Amino acid sequence: MKIYRIHALICAGAQCIAAGGNGFEEALKNELKKHNIEEEVSVVETGCMGACQLGPLLVVYPEGIMYTNVEAKDAKEIVEEHFLKGRPVKRLMWKKEGEEEFPELKDIPFFAKQTKIVLRNCGLINPEDINEYIARDGYKALAKAVAEMEPKDVIDVVKESGLRGRGGAGFPTGLKWSFAANQDSEEKYIICNADEGDPGAYMDRSILEGDPHSVIEGMMITGYAIGSSVGYIYVRAEYPLAVRRLKMAIKQAKQAGLLGKNIFGTNFSFDMVLMMGAGAFVCGEETALINSIEGKRGEPRKKPPFPAISGLFGKPTIINNVETLANLPVIVDKGAKFFKQFGTEKSPGTKVFALAGNVNISGLVEVPMGTSLRKIVFDIGGGIPEGHTFKGALTGGPSGGVIPMEFIDTPVDYESLPDLGTIMGSGGLIIMDERSCMVDVAKFFLKFTVDESCGKCVPCREGTRQMLKILERITLGRGREEDIDRLEKMGELIKLTALCGLGQTAPNPVLSTLKYFKEEYLAHIIDKKCPAGVCQFSALKEGRKKHEAKIAH
Amino acid sequence: MEKIKSIEELRKLREHARKSLQVRSGEAKVKIMVSMGTVGIAAGARDVLMAIISELEKRQFHDAQIVERGSLGLDNEEPVVAVERDNKTVFYGKVTAEMAREIVAQHVINGQIVSEWVIAKG
Ligand SMILES: Cc1cc2nc3c(=O)[nH]c(=O)nc-3n(C[C@H](O)[C@H](O)[C@H](O)COP(=O)(O)O)c2cc1C
Ligand code: SF4
Ligand code: FES
Repeated sequence: MKIYRIHALICAGAQCIAAGGNGFEEALKNELKKHNIEEEVSVVETGCMGACQLGPLLVVYPEGIMYTNVEAKDAKEIVEEHFLKGRPVKRLMWKKEGEEEFPELKDIPFFAKQTKIVLRNCGLINPEDINEYIARDGYKALAKAVAEMEPKDVIDVVKESGLRGRGGAGFPTGLKWSFAANQDSEEKYIICNADEGDPGAYMDRSILEGDPHSVIEGMMITGYAIGSSVGYIYVRAEYPLAVRRLKMAIKQAKQAGLLGKNIFGTNFSFDMVLMMGAGAFVCGEETALINSIEGKRGEPRKKPPFPAISGLFGKPTIINNVETLANLPVIVDKGAKFFKQFGTEKSPGTKVFALAGNVNISGLVEVPMGTSLRKIVFDIGGGIPEGHTFKGALTGGPSGGVIPMEFIDTPVDYESLPDLGTIMGSGGLIIMDERSCMVDVAKFFLKFTVDESCGKCVPCREGTRQMLKILERITLGRGREEDIDRLEKMGELIKLTALCGLGQTAPNPVLSTLKYFKEEYLAHIIDKKCPAGVCQFSALKEGRKKHEAKIAH
Repeated sequence: MEKIKSIEELRKLREHARKSLQVRSGEAKVKIMVSMGTVGIAAGARDVLMAIISELEKRQFHDAQIVERGSLGLDNEEPVVAVERDNKTVFYGKVTAEMAREIVAQHVINGQIVSEWVIAKG
């Protein structure tokens, strides 16, 4: 085996590539060649390292030094100074509030304050090399499950761990599995839900890009537990890099005999099918997703029956989210007790968030469940841009709501967020300062759901549209006082009567902003003013101009 | 890639694969520092470095970190190599490629200091 004295890890996550990561890698390789040290330095492409905003990123080991915003022109200095003379290039290192640099990755609060279970390998291994996954205990849990445990034992560990589905609803994973396991059926299916449609969310994409084997292993463990030998991965078509890495991972796992027939010499066999998503948000809803795989229109079905009883092709089917699945190898390998050390009693483990909006360091963060919003925004995300103040955070995307300043110390978990009128959701976390208008934010998400409604049921199809009309009116300065009451009433009605989760949660952003920021709505309606200065009452102004012009004549 | 047919085979592969990721753990039993200032390079530090890597590779010893340093302040002893092991740092002077291989075999891997070439201890 070759020995490299330096490992240069380049982030090849989608955000860093978009920021120009590729040009740097080429320049770095050219410099290595020029100085004839190609044989001493291993250049590795990894998945997302988390601090996407500062990308493209480079981490150099053994020192563990992180370089941010690297460009092709920086490659020469890095090679000549750091690689050849051992002198790290300070000007490219991560700085504390713009002055002194952090010596090593592990000293930077953004990383030091996170807890990585799901993202344990993301940014640290080459996702295109199965050996690197295996080196980090990859497929160890699968081996343990199929060779040493009964399917029932696997379900028990997962139940005991308290793992809850990370796709949004937070349903206990082990319990769901037991429904399917108890079904007497020759055929059963596993589906990995990788349709990730929330605007601004990219947790699942990053897991698939950065550590695809962890999801494959999770699916196989699920398959063994419930007695299924076929898994479908339903992946969003707009994720070409994730698809490429998944394909490669499946191929390598097959070559290694880890996927296919008689795994580890046992009776357990498993096969994997990759399916491209149909491109609609509603197809992420489990029954719509099943319809889509079956080649039907991606519309939700009535529940019950639940997929665990009658799902894909009418067979018992377990659908789990990407992040849920990526947790499983750790739970099975290290046990329920290990997992339960993290998080809260009722929400054990960690959660990955895509931190975005008005925050200093946006990116991908993983924290124990129950971590306060304050810690995520200020300790990890570095706070709000200078001169501005925190106004609220939106969780759960188009299905969620806001957490205002007064609740910034609330633990972020499955119990506390609904008490505030929002949901955990899949992990989108948008931070807003005083420059954001809450009416406008609510309008943005409602517009999204109106566009994405499949139209199958009236409350969602018509109701959300009417609510949107009212919001548009308000943001144009033509709102009426009774609009607030109407929005609330319609919202509650839609929540109760819509067929699927899309409609049932669509009013949430409106109801939640009304709950905490009613005065902002009133300012639009009564004072004809947008306190944040976002909404342009141009239509109103034009009307007035015409009027004034008339008078002038 | 050969098919993995048992837990034991997976374990072996894991042990093997782990070694290639050792550098990324940032930890190692031994740290080898090579002085790569202008004087060091002129005196042949590059050849010494290459010899160290090749000897480690030959003996498949992965628990060592190789760090390049600017001048270690011992210019007339260049090329200088320092080995940090068991909480002690030992400096070797006027190291040749041959000596470097010997230092790896004796000191780095087995903990036996090659006393005749030592110029300083820290
Ligand atoms: C409109 C809508 C969209 C959804 N989109 C996704 C999605 O993109 N990914 C996902 O995992 N779950 C999504 N869900 C939730 C799924 O229906 C389902 O609950 C989840 O995949 C179950 O996996 P889990 O238990 O591991 O969370 C969506 C639900 C609704 C109502
Ligand atoms: S709630 Fe909306 S998305 Fe869901 S079935 Fe009804 S119309 Fe379709
Ligand atoms: S994509 Fe590079 S840090 Fe996220």
